[in-house]
Amino acid sequence: MALENDPIERSAADIARDVNAGTISASEVVEGTLAHVDAVDARVGAYLTILHDAARERAANVDARVRSGERLPLAGVPLAVKDNMCLTATRTTCGSRILEHWIAPYTATAVARMLEAGCVPIGKTNLDEFAMGSSCENSALGITRNPYDLSRVPGGSSGGSAAAVAAREAAIGLGSDTGGSIREPGAFCNLIGFKPTYGRISRYGLIAFASSLDQIGPLTRTVEDAALAYDAMAGHDPMDATSIDRPVEPAAASLRRDLHGLRIGLVREFDTEKLGPDVDKAYDRAYAELKALGADLVEVSLPTADYGLATYYLIAPAECSSNLSRFDGVRYGLRVDADDVQAMYERTRAAGFGSEVKRRILIGTHALSSGYYDAYYVRAQKARTLIARDFETAFASCDLIACPAASSPAFAFNAKSDPYSMYMMDYYTIPMSLAGLPALSVPCGWVTPAGGVEPMPLGLQLCAPLFAEPLLLGAAHAYERATMHAVKHLPLVVSGARA
Amino acid sequence: MTVSYEAVIGIECHVELKTATKMFCGCPNEFGGEPNTKVCPVCLGMPGALPVPNRVAIEHMIRAGLAFGAEIPAFSKFDRKNYFYPDMPKDYQISQYDMPLTLGGTVKYWLEDGTMKTCRLTRIHLEEDTGKSSHAGSGDGRIAGSAYSLVDFNRAGVPLMECVSEPEIHSAVEAVAYLEALRLTLLQLGVSDVKMEEGSLRCDANVSIRLHGAAELGTKTEIKNMNSFRSVHRAIESEIARQTALLESGGRIVQETRGWDEVRGETHSMRSKEQAHDYRYFPDPDLVPMEPLAGAVERVTASIPELPWRRFERFTAEYGINPKQATQLVATGALATYFDRVVELTKRPQQVTNFVLGDLSRLANESGVPIAQSKVLPEALAELIALLEAKTINSKIAKDLLERMWAEGGSPASLVDSLGLAQTSDVGVIEKFVDDAIAANPKVVADYRAGKSNVAGFLVGQIMKASSGKADPALVKDLLLKKLA
Repeated sequence: MALENDPIERSAADIARDVNAGTISASEVVEGTLAHVDAVDARVGAYLTILHDAARERAANVDARVRSGERLPLAGVPLAVKDNMCLTATRTTCGSRILEHWIAPYTATAVARMLEAGCVPIGKTNLDEFAMGSSCENSALGITRNPYDLSRVPGGSSGGSAAAVAAREAAIGLGSDTGGSIREPGAFCNLIGFKPTYGRISRYGLIAFASSLDQIGPLTRTVEDAALAYDAMAGHDPMDATSIDRPVEPAAASLRRDLHGLRIGLVREFDTEKLGPDVDKAYDRAYAELKALGADLVEVSLPTADYGLATYYLIAPAECSSNLSRFDGVRYGLRVDADDVQAMYERTRAAGFGSEVKRRILIGTHALSSGYYDAYYVRAQKARTLIARDFETAFASCDLIACPAASSPAFAFNAKSDPYSMYMMDYYTIPMSLAGLPALSVPCGWVTPAGGVEPMPLGLQLCAPLFAEPLLLGAAHAYERATMHAVKHLPLVVSGARA
Repeated sequence: MTVSYEAVIGIECHVELKTATKMFCGCPNEFGGEPNTKVCPVCLGMPGALPVPNRVAIEHMIRAGLAFGAEIPAFSKFDRKNYFYPDMPKDYQISQYDMPLTLGGTVKYWLEDGTMKTCRLTRIHLEEDTGKSSHAGSGDGRIAGSAYSLVDFNRAGVPLMECVSEPEIHSAVEAVAYLEALRLTLLQLGVSDVKMEEGSLRCDANVSIRLHGAAELGTKTEIKNMNSFRSVHRAIESEIARQTALLESGGRIVQETRGWDEVRGETHSMRSKEQAHDYRYFPDPDLVPMEPLAGAVERVTASIPELPWRRFERFTAEYGINPKQATQLVATGALATYFDRVVELTKRPQQVTNFVLGDLSRLANESGVPIAQSKVLPEALAELIALLEAKTINSKIAKDLLERMWAEGGSPASLVDSLGLAQTSDVGVIEKFVDDAIAANPKVVADYRAGKSNVAGFLVGQIMKASSGKADPALVKDLLLKKLA
């Protein structure tokens, strides 16, 4: 890949190998990364908090562990953590005024496992407030720009982590995906955006948006790095009752070179023509590349997937309306004082939450209220079951499903002003979330959007049956290596900074 | 003529379960402590924290359900009950809505005269307790009008069992008897300390009245803030009287929540039905459904002891013990078991009752050691009763022996042997004591012969004393009266 000798350019796998071998120290890697962050992040805006001191301390700790003979799978790897995951003694904001100054008193399990594996946290990254959005524009605390075109959004809600990894401000970014919040920014930022099976990675310490859908996963520049991150984080956590207690098959060992013997399903109902001729053609080329790598392309049907969006926008708001109740000004976070407790609640929440969060709390409160519960929440749960069954049926005739990761390439700021057009960005990712399936986006080509000047990346979404992460990552690795789409363009902030 | 009303009462109890840790986190489940010292991110509802259910609490629920003959469904789940309150950390309570851990069941209880009663349960479900607020500056301790409030979350997340009865109780006396049976059962199952004074048992009563014989229920009120069985009794009596007076004066009962005022001895309106919440229950997505429960049911079934009401029924019906004494005997599981064992060995239930509730209870109270844990083993008490029955010892000696056994343990038969305490029935020996007593007390003898027959008791006492209590008292009296005649 490009700039192979530059420490900030190297993959997590390369860094860990070198740090373990002693050819470079974690401290050197981290100093280089921090210097780069300090140079470019004012333009990118990936981070809400940059952890200079904590990163240096942690790097020294990793170096000490390596010197004492430990071999760490992610030794010295710079990590960007989405700011809805707790890191002890660190500000954790969820991109919201209501938690703007909240210091987490504990560390999320997934983050703790990454640190245990040798990662060094560089900072906490921007996101749509409480992970609600697809562009990062819903953050109350900052603007994050797409490193490939600073006039465009990085995607969301894990846009900060995506921008950080794309701009080489970290090697691995942690994101959370509820309806596409890892995969869509992955696609927008030319990255692997990987959402494992629901329950594979502990949610303990991930500030909930929609508990039955939220799943942590990595954003990386290579599939191998995604596999390493997955291997470090996956597995049962006694602190999360929804985390799955079954053995994890390491994914990093399952990376493959071709797709021979794999049946890949193309979804009959997913019409890519509406994405415009350039994008449509790009996906056709991507499917042809899968075939060229030896895959059998088969048509599968997901007749209820079209109801995904409607289903999701009942279940997720319903859960969020309850999950976000705790931000009430009583124990932590913002409090706007008033004469009585009821008025304090109202003023605190009115001032603390942004409009998209309020919209979803209102939708969810309505969907759960007496007299509407059966018509909305219960029916949505039934639809969710049907969507999951459609996938089961489809996977009887294929091993993986391929489709777009987002409804367009990265768009310009303020381009999606009505909520529905923003929700439509996740049209292709929501059904997998509802079914709890593992899915990822992998770079599959470039288009220059109408009105744009820079070529922007497109993401191919691959989806596997429950727990088939090794198969999914293995196939994505073969595709990535054979096509090398990701390395055809460098992000502006990197090429510009180095020109 | 005056019409006569029937009260219809349903009782809702909240019972804190006895577990080492809280319902959804590892914090200790203990009463009291410095405020906010038994807390963690989970029970404080910190962002990102998740609940993990306590298996012991679930087993306690199944234990209670089985004890009351409830159905334990194969599948149960937790739901969220959404409402804002400052002492509820997440602003929703994890509870159970439409699929509780137990359904139905019956509480059997008894009245003072021994009458058995039943009251069906609607359900028992599991939830988490809230924190505790104290409101300052409002005068009445309520949040409205207070200057500020303090919240202690030590109690937040303690496992709480909610036990709802059908409206099948018809008086304050019955309500208290129901609660007493419920309390005893839960205590003896080991699922709770059920201490009203520590809040591990709290109850509300739904009270309505209707004309005798009417089929339809009257409008009910819910009575809260009752802090003892005595206040339950008073509050229900007072509410029945209030409703009766209201109806008789042509008024209407309003469906509302009323608070019991212990000092003024009356209930007062707290909030009316119109202010009722929409709790927006839905299945808690942080918790997976509980299934199947069959394994737990099997495990738990074996650990259920004989229940207090069953024992009460057996002690009164089979042993002929009076209801008051039977109630005392079943008050502690271990005591009832002890009692049962001695009866089994002696077949003398009334005599065992007398010892257990008499001398042994006194000794237990004085020493603070429960009878069942004392040095007086059931076998030893049985032996003592057998010695008494065989007239080997008399009751005075038995009493002394019991004191000794309480202090030192041991077999009463060996004590009788080693201390030479066997009762003397040798006429020659006793005659000597009688003669000596008559000779030593000429004035008393003269009084007796002059018609003061009650002084004979004094002479019997002197004779018993001279024999170190070993003389057979019946024989002593017999011989004495003959000689005085």
